[in-house]
Amino acid sequence: MLALLSEGPKYGLQLQQEFEAGTGEVWPLNVGQVYTTLQRLERDGSVKSDDQVEDSPQKRFRITVDGERSLAEWLRTPPDLSSPPRDELVIKIMVALKVPGVDVHDVIQAHRHYLVQLMQQWTRLKEDEGRFDLNFALVVDAELYRLDSVVRWLDAADGRLKRAALEPPATAPSAMPRPRRRVGVNR
Amino acid sequence: MSFLELHDVSKTYGEGPTEVRALSGVDLSVEAGELVAVMGASGSGKSTLLTIAGSLEQPTSGEVFVGRAALSGMSRNDQARLRRRAIGYVFQDYNLLAGLSAAENVALPLELDGLPTKKAQLAAMAALKELGLSDRASRFPDELSGGERQRVAIARAIVGDRHLLLADEPSGALDSVNGEAVMRLLVAACRHGVATVVVTHDAQLASWADRVVFLRDGRVVDQTSPSPGPESLLAPGPRG
Repeated sequence: MLALLSEGPKYGLQLQQEFEAGTGEVWPLNVGQVYTTLQRLERDGSVKSDDQVEDSPQKRFRITVDGERSLAEWLRTPPDLSSPPRDELVIKIMVALKVPGVDVHDVIQAHRHYLVQLMQQWTRLKEDEGRFDLNFALVVDAELYRLDSVVRWLDAADGRLKRAALEPPATAPSAMPRPRRRVGVNR
Repeated sequence: MSFLELHDVSKTYGEGPTEVRALSGVDLSVEAGELVAVMGASGSGKSTLLTIAGSLEQPTSGEVFVGRAALSGMSRNDQARLRRRAIGYVFQDYNLLAGLSAAENVALPLELDGLPTKKAQLAAMAALKELGLSDRASRFPDELSGGERQRVAIARAIVGDRHLLLADEPSGALDSVNGEAVMRLLVAACRHGVATVVVTHDAQLASWADRVVFLRDGRVVDQTSPSPGPESLLAPGPRG
């Protein structure tokens, strides 16, 4: 919202339309969400609404100096990727290993099939429209790389499980209690 | 109409304790104008599948039909003629001849097939122009970037009247921008009616295909449906 307002004062409905256009219409935005966000930004001092004109039903919003500072800071702040999310797919593959009669490689293939088919659909969009709309191509690329990373993890898991089946661990696990592992990176 | 068909194709290398079964009972058909990606891990048999489809190798059992002609019924010379005239190959490492210019590399299969040099050069220039390489025609492979070399290799693969294009990790050595450009060229060749098979381990590359066939331990284990429509991805979400 602040990025769109940095171009100049705008109405709420206009912000909703520009947000959707700016993301290649891949991320639809509820107009109610726009006004809720604008109210919060106004309360925080990042935007200011014009005094309402009597014959106009809509308010126009402009970014403040504080808002410009917040925008610059937000652009350079990395999203929190330091801790792995609780990934449903990872859990399913790990559970598949425990369930008798289930071939984990078939489970992996079922997910790979779904993801590749989804990637085909995204690529078809890029083939048809991507080269004409930069924002749309960026969003589609982001989705393709995200899905690709999941397929790569499935491929790696497939390979790791095959190797593990051929080479079972040589030593028995230690009788010592294992410390609880916390995975994450301190920032 | 299927231009390429593999019926129950198996391939075994070695004998006894050293025997390796690269392909087991593979069935595959590719229509004219269809782009099929064969996806699998290293050692899954995908490169063997490609060389057998292109008659560079013989299957241990099973049959391969190219343009409805059974390869097993052809003499070596007939197979070589088929490779020169109907089949184009694209490899990850381009396989261009270092001593020939881009235009000469592209013209080579036509000249080997007996076309006069001048006509072959004209056809090569037309293919290079189609791929946006007219100004690189006289350059040698080591004077071209990786993306340009692969485009020359694609020009060589589609020059003349080729009906079958076989590509082995065609964008594997390229960055994402050049890799996408290569896939767009292969898709364009398909849309002109060429049956195309791309083997790859890369899902992004495979996602350009009309159909993705999954190979595991030499067997086809699964495939995606042809041409899923993208419309559902842009279905409007809840709005206020």
